[in-house]
Amino acid sequence: MARLTRYVPLLYILFLMLPIYWLVSMSFKTTNEILSGLTLWPQNFTLENYATIFTDSTWYMGYVNSITYVVLNTIISVAAALPAAYAFSRYRFLGDKHLFFWLLTNRMAPAAVFALPFFQLYSSVGLFDTHIAVALAHTLFNIPLAVWILEGFMRGVPTELDETAYVDGYSFPKFFVKIFVPTITAGIGVAAFFCFMFSWVELLLAKTLTAVDAKPIAATMTRTASTSGYQLGLLAAAGSLTLIPGAVVIYFVRNYIAKGFALGRV
Amino acid sequence: MATIELQNLRHSYVPEPKGPEDYALKHMNFTWKDGGAYALLGPSGCGKSTLLNIISSLVTPSEGKVLFDGRDVTPLTPDQRNIAQVFQFPVIYDTMTVYNNLAFPLKNRGFSRQRIEERVREIAGLLEIEPLLQQRAANLSPDNKQKISMGRGLVRDDVNVIMFDEPLTVIDPHLKWKLRSKLKELHQSVQTTMIYVTHDQTEALTFADEVVVMEEGQVVQIGTPVELFEKPAHTFVGHFIGSPGMNILPAEMNGEGPSFHGTAVPVANPPARLEGNERLEIGVRPEFVRFARKGESGLPVEVLKTTDTGRYRLVFARAGDTKLHAILPEDESEAPTGQAEVIFDPERTRLYADGWLLEN
Amino acid sequence: MAHKTENPRAWLFVAPVLLLVAFNAFIPLMAVINYSVQESFGNNLFFWHGIGWFEQIMNSERFQATLLRQGFFTFIILAIELPLGVAIALTMPKKGFWVPVCLVLMALPLLVPWNVVGAMWNIFALPDLGLLGATLNGFGWEYNMTSDPFDAWFTMILMDVWHWTSLVVLLSYAGLVSIPDAFYQAARIDGASRLSVFRFIELPKMKHVLTIAVLLRFMDSFKIYTEPFVLTGGGPGNSTTLLSIDLVKIGLGQFDLGPAAAMSLIYFLIVLTFSWIFYTLMTKNDPM
Repeated sequence: MARLTRYVPLLYILFLMLPIYWLVSMSFKTTNEILSGLTLWPQNFTLENYATIFTDSTWYMGYVNSITYVVLNTIISVAAALPAAYAFSRYRFLGDKHLFFWLLTNRMAPAAVFALPFFQLYSSVGLFDTHIAVALAHTLFNIPLAVWILEGFMRGVPTELDETAYVDGYSFPKFFVKIFVPTITAGIGVAAFFCFMFSWVELLLAKTLTAVDAKPIAATMTRTASTSGYQLGLLAAAGSLTLIPGAVVIYFVRNYIAKGFALGRV
Repeated sequence: MATIELQNLRHSYVPEPKGPEDYALKHMNFTWKDGGAYALLGPSGCGKSTLLNIISSLVTPSEGKVLFDGRDVTPLTPDQRNIAQVFQFPVIYDTMTVYNNLAFPLKNRGFSRQRIEERVREIAGLLEIEPLLQQRAANLSPDNKQKISMGRGLVRDDVNVIMFDEPLTVIDPHLKWKLRSKLKELHQSVQTTMIYVTHDQTEALTFADEVVVMEEGQVVQIGTPVELFEKPAHTFVGHFIGSPGMNILPAEMNGEGPSFHGTAVPVANPPARLEGNERLEIGVRPEFVRFARKGESGLPVEVLKTTDTGRYRLVFARAGDTKLHAILPEDESEAPTGQAEVIFDPERTRLYADGWLLEN
Repeated sequence: MAHKTENPRAWLFVAPVLLLVAFNAFIPLMAVINYSVQESFGNNLFFWHGIGWFEQIMNSERFQATLLRQGFFTFIILAIELPLGVAIALTMPKKGFWVPVCLVLMALPLLVPWNVVGAMWNIFALPDLGLLGATLNGFGWEYNMTSDPFDAWFTMILMDVWHWTSLVVLLSYAGLVSIPDAFYQAARIDGASRLSVFRFIELPKMKHVLTIAVLLRFMDSFKIYTEPFVLTGGGPGNSTTLLSIDLVKIGLGQFDLGPAAAMSLIYFLIVLTFSWIFYTLMTKNDPM
């Protein structure tokens, strides 16, 4: 029994890897091979699909756009969430509990509900089709999350740290930047990871708020798939490339993943 | 209830230990008598928790055997060994009531309802937690939680041994004292073998009939609190027990007896035979150091300072490079200053070779 | 643990967050409410319609069917992902070289853009060219996601299990590794069975993270749009048209802003109510 259960995670990982393998292997196949029938691995290995992506600016600019707004969003979300999380973890004030729950409800708001009003809102302020628009829109669900995670980490830091710093003559801003923020770097890392993740995977809002200049890679994919016919190989290559930033980010925060999930209001 | 024997026990956490330094527990032969109250005392990392976990079977020793009443129990699991253990931090089952927490070990062993009820009530009475029985265990204070952990060990009246792994770490100081006396009282009423692990000498000395002192994976002395104080078997014991610990002075042989910096120091155990290459030390407790009166000659020291604790005076002195403490009774009229001479009580001054007390 | 002090100026700390979220949430929400009570005949002409749209939506068979479909989907994926995720977390190694490897590989699906998830599974499930589709057909199951509603549901649920089970695994695992060894040792000494250890130690200690897991999976499965849309487009027929897909069809496809807005609000309220009830129930007994 005990020996069998050891294979459960292995089987699960195998299940996770299968569709990914299929996507990646298809990206190295020629269109002919794909359409001519099922092959388990590329018979005529080709980099043609990737070559197309890296030579066509509508393709590779998609990546640049996506990464730009994701990074912008991560910075804005974490920067705004830091003082707020500090306030929630340290102070009692009028309406704090309701405010916290209200923030969390925004996490529940379906993007589909907001798509049209967002389009109108950002058009009316002249931000339509800019990176900052997508970055700001994604703060809707990322800020509550960042506040949630950071508050959890900050609650673990004893208030004596703050008090000692004041006794030592630190002003609040100096204490916050020089002492407090460095003690919760792990928390900031975890919060940044989650912001990055949710901004990177979201498409509905990103697509609604952009047309040409800030169009995300994922949106380029859907358009290509529908306009230029059945280019499965190209689609697979573009999809495979979107896996890389995620994988890189996970690798960097691998030791914090489990911990970050456990925090928040735990 | 059982006599516990450890035979040729050794343990290493390294898969292939090379030298003695790889062993968390060095070669050990030892017998815990049935019904005794033992304390296992030593600094952090000395191997006392390893030893405890070997007895409870949470750790399987690399070498050697554990015997309960002469029966080899080394391959048995913790529940088969029928032992109880209380951990450093209270372990309670959050979702259960206090009653069910206490009943849990009995239920798992298929005791009858009535018998469970009887035992739980009895133990709750002993621990004075009867009013809490129907409460959820999750919301209790740390000392009550720790009482429940103890109670789960005590409800089984047939356990071979109850072990306590620094159980008072999370308890408030004033409650510590109460819980400690409670434990002592419990031992008297249940007569089960108890092993109490701690790094705090006060806890060990007040709880135990016999104290086992460990250092670096080996037992350095076993004895009653009085023996440990008066006749430390190792300089480590002398230093570790007592406040301040024993004075230890490097010594050499000079003619018939040991001497320190040319001054002969009479000891209670003058060596009969020496190899000649041992590291010799003289050990004397501060309680047995006094200043020379007029006409007496002793060891010259420089007095650095004196502090008065109210009950006695503690003198800090220096003999050459060696620091020396002396405890003077409150009544002695003047505390010496500057250059002075000290005399050690010869009956309580002992010679140590390579750390160990010399037998004569 | 930090102790809190009274400080009304704390509002200043929260101000940036409030501004950003209010801009993003409050204004659009007002717009949605505004649409939901008006009738539009194009050319930006709006008329007061009261609660007409709400009545119409609540009584529409289409909405009821969609809601039922959505509820069924959420129920199934929760019923699969929670036990599965907990089981996997329980069987994972607690320390050693394999822990980070497992975590990284398991977290991978969470970082795949949602439409890529849909596209990936679409390619994977193609009846003739996809590994999954071809294998199932090879076993004699006449599998075709685009024509058979059951196959479409099967694929959609398998995709969601693939995509999100890891979230439950990671959360449960985080809860599990935070249990001190002494609890397991005490249970062994108390003679507890494996089932008792799970029931009385692991499950209670995982309660908080599992609450978060259920909340997140519940909310996110109600919000789900991109993945099933890319996978099946809501078809065949309307068989996999979940709430968000229907909403976008009505709002952006047919530009029936009033009904779409009313539907959004009803839908939002449902999620909010369920989450709130669940959250209150789960945290009722906690000392705060």
